[in-house]
Amino acid sequence: MKKRFSSVLISAPYLVWMVVFILVPLIMVGYFAFTDPEGNFTLDYVADVARYSNIFIRSVWLAAIATVVCLVIAYPLAFILTRMSKNRQSTMLMIVMLPMWMNFLLRTYAWMALLGNNGIINSLLGLIGIGPFKMLNTQGAVVLGMVYNYLPFMILPLYSVMTKIDKSVLEAASDLGCNSANTLFRVIIPLTVPGITSGTTMVFVPAISTFIISRMLGGGGNLLIGDLIEMQFLGNSYNPNLGASISLVLMVIILLIMTIMNQFNDDDDKVLM
Amino acid sequence: MKIKRLLSLLTASLLVFSMTACESTAEDFEEEEEEIEYQTLTVEDDEYYSRFRGQGITINVYNWGEYISDGADEGTLDVNAEFYELTGIKVNYSTYATNEELYAKLKGGGASYDIIIPSDYMISRMIKEDMLTPLNLENIPNYETYIMDNFKNPVYDEENRYSVPYTWGTVGIIYDSSVIDIPKEEIDWDILWNEDYADQILMFDNPRDAFAIAEIMLGYSLNTENEAELEAAAEKLTEQKKVVQAYVMDEIFDKMGAGDALIAPYYAGDALGILEENEYLEFVIPKSGTNLFVDAICIPKSAKQKEAAEMYINFLCEPDIAYATATYIGYSTPHTAAFERLDDEVKNDGISYPADEYLAENTEVFNNLSDEANLKMQELWTNMKSAQDETHNRWLVPMFMLVCVATSIGILIRRHIIRKRDIF
Repeated sequence: MKKRFSSVLISAPYLVWMVVFILVPLIMVGYFAFTDPEGNFTLDYVADVARYSNIFIRSVWLAAIATVVCLVIAYPLAFILTRMSKNRQSTMLMIVMLPMWMNFLLRTYAWMALLGNNGIINSLLGLIGIGPFKMLNTQGAVVLGMVYNYLPFMILPLYSVMTKIDKSVLEAASDLGCNSANTLFRVIIPLTVPGITSGTTMVFVPAISTFIISRMLGGGGNLLIGDLIEMQFLGNSYNPNLGASISLVLMVIILLIMTIMNQFNDDDDKVLM
Repeated sequence: MKIKRLLSLLTASLLVFSMTACESTAEDFEEEEEEIEYQTLTVEDDEYYSRFRGQGITINVYNWGEYISDGADEGTLDVNAEFYELTGIKVNYSTYATNEELYAKLKGGGASYDIIIPSDYMISRMIKEDMLTPLNLENIPNYETYIMDNFKNPVYDEENRYSVPYTWGTVGIIYDSSVIDIPKEEIDWDILWNEDYADQILMFDNPRDAFAIAEIMLGYSLNTENEAELEAAAEKLTEQKKVVQAYVMDEIFDKMGAGDALIAPYYAGDALGILEENEYLEFVIPKSGTNLFVDAICIPKSAKQKEAAEMYINFLCEPDIAYATATYIGYSTPHTAAFERLDDEVKNDGISYPADEYLAENTEVFNNLSDEANLKMQELWTNMKSAQDETHNRWLVPMFMLVCVATSIGILIRRHIIRKRDIF
């Protein structure tokens, strides 16, 4: 009995935190989404979200591209990292983390200076007589911004999963006649699926709901869901009901995608067992 | 290994340090070359200001970013510090970036401010929604003495009960004269639609300001609530989309300064700052008319220290303080004494202080729009911005569906394989 009480006491701050900062905001989002400004129940705002379906599709699409690019870059990088000596590993990890010491807005601002028509990259290209290319204010720039900002979130979970792979497992694979491609596809990748799923989640979720990247690098012409939600609160008309509805739909989409991702995870637990 | 990590940390911090150090020395150097004008503060009525001394009062001031003289440049006044010294009232100062942010903050409740400085249309909206407290002008004697007559009884606050004007300005066009060889007098709003400069044009990322430009060109009132007129303006803006490089607000400053774009609309006060950065940049207030904006000081309903707040307003209207504000912000001042002390160069350049007849006949101040008109404008704006090239749309949906189908098939196949394995 005593033990129980103390454990409740210890977890109390966390419970309070969860209720105040997670549960209550969620309930408020739900409340605003299904009511009108007078507080009466209505489905109008949720139905209205359909009008912005092309913005939703664009957001999912760009976030998916960014996630795939992150995975393709981070996977070999994380693998190479695990193969380095311990000293090197910690230095390299610090370099991966280094951009995150800087403010996120500043980093994105730097890309504006790099990609502009008179920016650093175009000036350098101009020296050898090519360009200028239009790089800023395109969807490509938005994806680049996402990849740049969220890449560490992909590398770190992959790295932590990969360091746990015992070298002897790989040795056993080659002893049993696996060539390197087979080792990769039948041993390493299945073993790193938990890292892939958590990395994908950690990149995809912030990428799909970002708004400042698309505003700064997309030139304001490539609206994403995040921009749309922000416009409902800080735009011309204060419309928290529509804003909450859009947020709710976004949450449902993320929920769906996360369930699909978890499907992979569950399956692989079975394989490992 | 630990030492190595420490070393790398040290070098990194050293690097950052040396960079900042370099910057500050460079700045010091510049300042030494300039002649410094030392601003001082004298007030006439010391007694008025010492009423609350020793009571430990604090007022919460919520203002635009970089919208008050903070003493950062040598010789300038730190307004809030001077106020504390004079009255013993502490100023808790915080900033916002847009009128809408201010509105959302007040509407959401939980925040209590004693002083806010919204723009014209936001003031009329707040008056309509009963969010402001009427001012007692007897506590603000400097209002009667110093504020220019043409800023009294404005459209957004016709009886002048809620606001004291702080700054004002107009919207004009900033352009690169080394590329655009149209004479200055002939430049009008239609240059923002000119296809010769496609992809070199910036536009406001704010529906009210963007619609205003289209409305001037179409000859409508800037405060129109007529649905057909709003739709026509939106169509005009959609036409412009193909020549616009980006929809931006504050980034106009960087982009025009760096030469990334050739033409952009901007607020007169801020434009002066950009002109200093690049000698080819010119600023013109189009003759066909423009928006005149006024930012005015108000006290919200939730204010707890109304009289101290009124004292702060009066303090902001002291000639020395108003002059410090005008020179620091660069926006035009509605304060007679501060205006007289400005350099003749500033008074006569036609940017900050256009001719009186022009102001009277060709400019219009924003008023609050009805909720329906605001919603309509927001909707038209979102549609305009989210409309994509047809070629894109045809790609997007099938690809998205393909990815979805591929993932689900992948999952199914995986399961199938696993089940088979389980059987054996």
